[in-house]
Amino acid sequence: MIISIASGKGGTGKTTVAANLALSLQDSGLVKDFNMLDCDVEEPNLHLFLDPGVLTETEITTFVPVVDQEKCTGCRKCVDICRFAALAFVKETVLVFPALCHSCGGCELVCEFGAIGDDSRSLGVVESGMVNGHAIHTGRIRIGEAMSPPLIKAVRRHENEAELTLIDAPPGTSCPVIAAMRGADFVLLVTEPTPFGLHDLQLAVEAVKVLGIPAGLVINRADLGDNTVQEYAESEGLEILMKIPFERSFAEAYSRGESIVNVSPEWREKFQRLYTRIAEIVEAKA
Amino acid sequence: MKVAITSQGPELSSQTDPRFGRAAWVIIVDSVTKEFEAVDNSSNSNAFKGAGIQAGNLIADKGADVLMTGHCGPNAFNTLNAGGVKVVNGITGTVEEALDKFIAEGAEYASDATVDSHNGQNR
Repeated sequence: MIISIASGKGGTGKTTVAANLALSLQDSGLVKDFNMLDCDVEEPNLHLFLDPGVLTETEITTFVPVVDQEKCTGCRKCVDICRFAALAFVKETVLVFPALCHSCGGCELVCEFGAIGDDSRSLGVVESGMVNGHAIHTGRIRIGEAMSPPLIKAVRRHENEAELTLIDAPPGTSCPVIAAMRGADFVLLVTEPTPFGLHDLQLAVEAVKVLGIPAGLVINRADLGDNTVQEYAESEGLEILMKIPFERSFAEAYSRGESIVNVSPEWREKFQRLYTRIAEIVEAKA
Repeated sequence: MKVAITSQGPELSSQTDPRFGRAAWVIIVDSVTKEFEAVDNSSNSNAFKGAGIQAGNLIADKGADVLMTGHCGPNAFNTLNAGGVKVVNGITGTVEEALDKFIAEGAEYASDATVDSHNGQNR
């Protein structure tokens, strides 16, 4: 089973929920074997709360065209097929703009003269470590790189290695978060009861609907703000699976890189029940 | 000399457009005879990405010697540079006024991009 933890708005508590869920499932007997993927590759931070041991680092690269001007006949097919203007044909020469390339490989495919080769560039790294016997794989994008979905997909290649995978998704509703949700069995949305939280939650819910994945909601800092998130969830039939109150002790733990279950062990059971309920929903849909 | 000028409309009397890749029109005018061609740049100005590269490609293909515009980003500048097109930034007024000023006083050619990528988007 793959659970992707997403939010729409940033800073609502995705990583908090992911870390607490992971710590609560350890030695719980509920899951034999699980791993964790930090797909928030522009600002990965799940490892800060889980403290993995020795890391191995794997560089991830992506296709970028390089043109052999000797073989190029100037047919422009590569330029015409590129939807991102990563190629231009100026003064009988094909120019390549690597930063615009989305690595679809179309140019290489349409070139009949074998003039397009692979000049792959680094997207970043996947750091792999262990937390109490459970693997964690963290995507870390190369500074200056704009294209995160291929790196997120590389992190997700690890999801078949365990019975359960917890994905810490990036915020937003565009390509990176879609890359972190697509194909998941369940999307756990984390929000806060504020107008901003509600606004971005609505966008995230629409994205999840398009993907056709069952979803549920965690409301963080649930005793602040207003009631509109709850009303929205009810009108959407979005099950509220957990409410986390605004507690000073939770915030202090967070500031030290600790989790809720470290300071309030009774929450371990609540996160276990959260997992059990998600498993029920996924089972019912299957 | 063929001069390309970014414009908000298809005439010599139209206002210049300070954006390059996402300009509405490009007027390509002969600096001696003032004969001109108005090129509709709407397919580039609405492009998802790479508007400057596509517009630069178009201007190089038209055989312009000089491009006059407001600001030019790095990808557009490199495309124009590869096409042997010199760049003049900071134009104002109508297309004809910009051209006349250029003919009378000359202009300083840019040696680099003047703005970052995506400068012309959402305006």
